[in-house]
Amino acid sequence: MSITEYNGSALVAMVGKNCFAIASDRRLGVQLQTIATDFQRISKIHDRLFIGLSGLATDSQTLYQRLVFRHKLYQLREERDMKPETFASLVSALLYEKRFGPYFCQPVIAGLSDEDKPFICTMDSIGAKELAKDFVVAGTAGESLYGACEAMFKPDMEPDELFETVSQALLSSVDRDCLSGWGGHVYIVTPTEIKERILKGRMD
Amino acid sequence: MSNSAIDVPSRGGFSFDLCRRNDMLAKKGVNLPSFRKTGTTIVGLIFQDGVILGADTRATEGPIVCDKNCEKIHYMAPNIYCCGAGTAADTEAVTDMVSSQLQLHRYHTGRESRVVTALTLLKKHLFNYQGYVQAALVLGGVDCTGPHLHTIYPHGSTDTLPFATMGSGSLAAMAMFESKYKEGLTKDEGIQLVVDAICSGIFNDLGSGSNVDVCVITKGHKEYLRNHLLPNPRTFVNAKGYSFPKKTEVLLTKITPLRERVEVVEGGDAMEE
Repeated sequence: MSITEYNGSALVAMVGKNCFAIASDRRLGVQLQTIATDFQRISKIHDRLFIGLSGLATDSQTLYQRLVFRHKLYQLREERDMKPETFASLVSALLYEKRFGPYFCQPVIAGLSDEDKPFICTMDSIGAKELAKDFVVAGTAGESLYGACEAMFKPDMEPDELFETVSQALLSSVDRDCLSGWGGHVYIVTPTEIKERILKGRMD
Repeated sequence: MSNSAIDVPSRGGFSFDLCRRNDMLAKKGVNLPSFRKTGTTIVGLIFQDGVILGADTRATEGPIVCDKNCEKIHYMAPNIYCCGAGTAADTEAVTDMVSSQLQLHRYHTGRESRVVTALTLLKKHLFNYQGYVQAALVLGGVDCTGPHLHTIYPHGSTDTLPFATMGSGSLAAMAMFESKYKEGLTKDEGIQLVVDAICSGIFNDLGSGSNVDVCVITKGHKEYLRNHLLPNPRTFVNAKGYSFPKKTEVLLTKITPLRERVEVVEGGDAMEE
């Protein structure tokens, strides 16, 4: 068993027209035993910036705390929110610092820039950034998510269509992964609002 | 270290806090995850008035292609670029680090960076880490002493060559160079040879794929040809795409309106005395 498969997770972020979606599953397990079915894997850094942390849950939570701490320090010093690109570099630097003893955690970052341009990005556990123009995936359902997103993604989707696409991709992928599932958690972020939805999924 | 979660590292360098825990996990029989690699073909050659670098654009994690169009030719200085193969995080970090050191050095001296300076900084770092920083590099640039091409191995050894290849596709690419390279190539011939070498990596090595990036550096000028050639376009796209008639079952919706962005006007009325 790989340590990143200990808790199970599925994460996906997609770009639409002046908006983005970030979605995750809701299961927290210990190997094949389900512990919680309302687990929050995606967290808000500020109104227009979200991070999802897949992998080992204990490391995800530690890393999240350190990120929030660093972001708050930045806010105090600079009196503004971090740009998504800057935040991605911060996450990457924190992960690469532990190059030889990494956090078992693969982050997905999604945000809107000040010009309402969506930004998505993922990394491996030691902070190798992958900036994509369309979608990024992470977690134990990553392989099936790649397939689903590759087929379903279209450029420049409106928020409603983006929600439908990202939800379908997520739900169909977690159904092929034992370690993730139990519904989904989807955030659609546009320049004017955050729409947070909980999806119903299979419960087996 | 109990205070590692609260202090802000200002000193830089690696942290080995989690090594003991991770070692313990490894001894208990859990597998540690693999890192993103750039199973790669990267090449470089010297032509009549400068250096040409080339790279494919595939990033892999085990057998999965995780980026179909990544950038492997990294900026070092305006006149120096560097191709990276190996663990993606390492090539990225090591080139970024050295490029900022070079920038500071330029501010300090007010002169153009030399390729040997970059070479020394890179090999010093890699040798320090005894091969554990897994970056195999092809460094090329033109400075006041002419065009230079070097390869740097993860352990810190370096070569100075008229043509060089690195990465998992290096054999396929070297075959092209060995059969076709000659001294005093023109720019177009040089680019063509680099493209042929990268394509041979793309099609014969499974770790390399997608597109060809090229960077031509001449005296006082550079040309970064991102996606110079796209030999593997997507042919299986549905023009209309998928649309989903049935709505996904939603249990709960929460809508948070965002506050209007406030425009801050600089200046305004001066305060009365």
